[in-house]
Amino acid sequence: MSDVFPTSPAPYTKDDFVSDQEVRWCPGCGDYAILAVAQRTLAKFEIPRERHVFISGIGCSSRFPYYMNTYGFHTIHGRAPTIASGLRCVNPDLSIWIITGDGDGLSIGGNHLVHCIRRNINVNILLVNNQIYGLTKGQYSPTSAIGKVTKSTPSGSIDYPINALCIAIASEATFIARTLDTDPKHMGYVFERAMAHKGVSFIEIYQNCVIFNDKTFAPITSRETREDRMIYLEDNKPLVFGKKQEKAIRLNGLEPEVVDYQSDMDHSKLLIHNEKSDSPHYAYLLSQMMHPEMPVPFGVFRAIEKPTYDDMMDGQIQDAVQAKGTGDLTKLIYGSSTWKVDA
Amino acid sequence: MSLTGLTKDAKMSKVKQEIDAITVRFAGDSGDGMQLAGDQFTDTTAIMGNDFSTLPDFPAEIRAPVGTLPGVSSFQIQFSNSVIFTPGDDADVLVAMNPAALKVNLINVRKGGLVIVNSSSFTEMGLKKANWQVNPLEDATLKDFKVLKVPLSELTKNALKEHPLKMTEVERCKNFFALGMMFWLYDRSLEHTITWINKKFSKRQEMAAANISAVKAGYNYADITETLPTQFVITKSKLDPGTYRKIMGNEAAAIGLITAARLAKKTLFYGSYPITPASDILHYLATQKHFGVKTFQAEDEIAAIGSIIGAAFGGHLGVTGTSGPGMCLKAEALNLAIMAELPLILIDVQRGGPSTGMPTKTEQGDLLQAIYGRNGESPVAVVAPKTPADCFDMAIEAVRIAFKYMTPVIYLSEGYLSSSSEPWKLPDISKLPDLTVKHPVADPLKKFLPYERDAETLARPWATPGTPGLEHRIGGLSKADLTGNVSYDPENNQRMIDLRAEKIRRIALDIPDLEVRGPKSGKILVLGWGGTYGALYQSIDELCAEGLAVAHAHLSYLNPFPKNLGHVLRQYEKVIVPELNMGQLIVLLRYQYPEVKFVGINKVKGHPFKILELKSKIKEYL
Repeated sequence: MSDVFPTSPAPYTKDDFVSDQEVRWCPGCGDYAILAVAQRTLAKFEIPRERHVFISGIGCSSRFPYYMNTYGFHTIHGRAPTIASGLRCVNPDLSIWIITGDGDGLSIGGNHLVHCIRRNINVNILLVNNQIYGLTKGQYSPTSAIGKVTKSTPSGSIDYPINALCIAIASEATFIARTLDTDPKHMGYVFERAMAHKGVSFIEIYQNCVIFNDKTFAPITSRETREDRMIYLEDNKPLVFGKKQEKAIRLNGLEPEVVDYQSDMDHSKLLIHNEKSDSPHYAYLLSQMMHPEMPVPFGVFRAIEKPTYDDMMDGQIQDAVQAKGTGDLTKLIYGSSTWKVDA
Repeated sequence: MSLTGLTKDAKMSKVKQEIDAITVRFAGDSGDGMQLAGDQFTDTTAIMGNDFSTLPDFPAEIRAPVGTLPGVSSFQIQFSNSVIFTPGDDADVLVAMNPAALKVNLINVRKGGLVIVNSSSFTEMGLKKANWQVNPLEDATLKDFKVLKVPLSELTKNALKEHPLKMTEVERCKNFFALGMMFWLYDRSLEHTITWINKKFSKRQEMAAANISAVKAGYNYADITETLPTQFVITKSKLDPGTYRKIMGNEAAAIGLITAARLAKKTLFYGSYPITPASDILHYLATQKHFGVKTFQAEDEIAAIGSIIGAAFGGHLGVTGTSGPGMCLKAEALNLAIMAELPLILIDVQRGGPSTGMPTKTEQGDLLQAIYGRNGESPVAVVAPKTPADCFDMAIEAVRIAFKYMTPVIYLSEGYLSSSSEPWKLPDISKLPDLTVKHPVADPLKKFLPYERDAETLARPWATPGTPGLEHRIGGLSKADLTGNVSYDPENNQRMIDLRAEKIRRIALDIPDLEVRGPKSGKILVLGWGGTYGALYQSIDELCAEGLAVAHAHLSYLNPFPKNLGHVLRQYEKVIVPELNMGQLIVLLRYQYPEVKFVGINKVKGHPFKILELKSKIKEYL
């Protein structure tokens, strides 16, 4: 996206993106880290501050726009993608961010998320996934694990969970990534990549809800486990992980499996990461690598180029103007056939 | 059908009779091309200088089985040598292309009227499909009508035997044969239709030639057949001088929106989900990209209004169109626009409800939903066009109000207006209002306050993303006065709700007073709203011509009401409120003006009011 913005004379700092509103998330909430990374990331770009717009739905993470010193719109439950789509269609110069959560984006707003993504509307979607409903005080969400005991599922959830990245892949997202609230550096990298991507960017952020679902991702992302249970994806490189970088992934038929790894081994048998694979099969395969069976991938799953909806919309208008000339109001009103009544 | 004179045309050796007005109904199977025949008849009528009004009546089914009752499609036109406002009550002439069309439409023909039937289609099979136990052409079913049996299919076949067409294509030309007959019967020129056929089939010369032969053959058949002894003449009507075109309501609304966007120097962004009877607005606007019009077919009704809220936030003209079920789905998002105080237009082309109801039939059932159908205190401006051509003016007016007061405006059109057509006296573009908006820019000496209001209109500033120095956040949570920050302060919440209500009330100071036709005080005022205007106008004119003292007023603004409404109402002993619902305007009126005596005339049959029906009901109160 960076290519559409002219350079700004004033470099920004993180503080330029901090609004005057008091942040009201619970102490220890993972959203603080996401907010700070977003503010730091924007400061790295030369996009004028007034061109950033943050649009959210309803939920804890959807308070995000109030804390960004940019344009912002805290809308209604699940509908942020619709509002962002309309805004994008009338203004090609903005940098538009959608902030949503697992409930907002995958439950009440699931339909809009799918359609925003499949149209390849040039926006960045941050889906903050904590596998719980926080703002409504602790009901299970569409990403909660089966059996999850919550206020609304005292006997355990009998809903099979939805996988956010699968939805993005099925909707043919052109940029798909996963990051986590406890690794600001990685998150910053992913945000920067999303900003540079022209088209829809979908980012799932594993986020910890300290109140209603504390440590839900700890088995994967905790200090003790992360090296063995997370894979940081790097383009054109094997999927190496482990405390001593001693493991990698290879394909056995259609299934990925863990193999021992040495840097001087024959790489041709290993799965090599390819962000630009035109087919979504590979990204889907990665998205199905889940704990505890497999290590969980983080990073950019997919980054391909495809014309955006908003560009094509503008293109059709330019074509029409070229073919017919700029619309003439008199001709429009008079239509193809008129008659006169004399005095 | 009143008679004003008889002349004998020596050349034709048939009688020419001058009449004032006539109502013709074309009816056939959905695939028979009845809408097309009706359109062609209308175009020629327009060019010949008559006033007219048309009403298509078609089924929701796209192609019900051929020859069955649900597959019948009709088109009615009234045309006249004077000013008229409705497509007529019962038809003087029915053209029925098959037994089903006859069965469905016979109730729409006046006693003594002429019924022209395609007798070729009254076969055993045809009768069975239409559920006729006995052939109605052979028993007493049609005893109250003049009947002309014409073997249309065979005559068309004979007329086209020299043409190199497939049998199915020949069969499809019979609508032009029937049209040709009607052209003769009402002394119309074939010229316009022939030109149209040539243009339409420019790439299929053989089809053009066949259809032209069919229309000429129908004309000549009517001329020579002894069963049509009289040709009727309707002279030009005395419309206001000016240039006219034929227009349907949805088309007029679309043109009005494009015009408003141009007047405001803004992009028209139309986000909509297909729904009958509003979809034609989307279809029309999608062809107007050279005006910079952006159409967005959203994934659902909610996304449609969401997208236009985004466009409005971006500083452009956001419009969505829907019908009743879609209104229900849009309520939450509309409330967001009310809270965020963003201007947008929500067009509701009302249809028969509740639920899916009668999609292709007309009703005025969404008035209370438009005014009250949201959570919390959420007043919104509501306007309603009254004729197909008025859909243009009210579109511009809706945009004017939305921009000036930073409010959503609901535009209550009706199925009847959407597809009904009439002559439209074209406006002088130079006299249309300037809708330019003054968007704020940063003032280095003053902190920007997104909810600081204009002293007169109470509108907040429309600051758009991309404007340096005006970065701000809005949303659906309760807003602090001036700053727009989230606030749960009790006093503030009261104040903001009062302010938003007052903002809508002040629109009353900025709209025309309600005008009354007829006596300015007395026994009876008839007060209508929206698309019943034509029927009420004509009914009351006729009552007045009979020497009865009845006044008529019509509301185009439903929220707020014109400021003189109470004064007007109090001048009459009784106010009759006819509505195509079970009494929704009357609820609002009784609440606001308890001192006035109101009575309703209500129906929800999917059809507009008929003149006779209104006259007799109004007379009951005289």
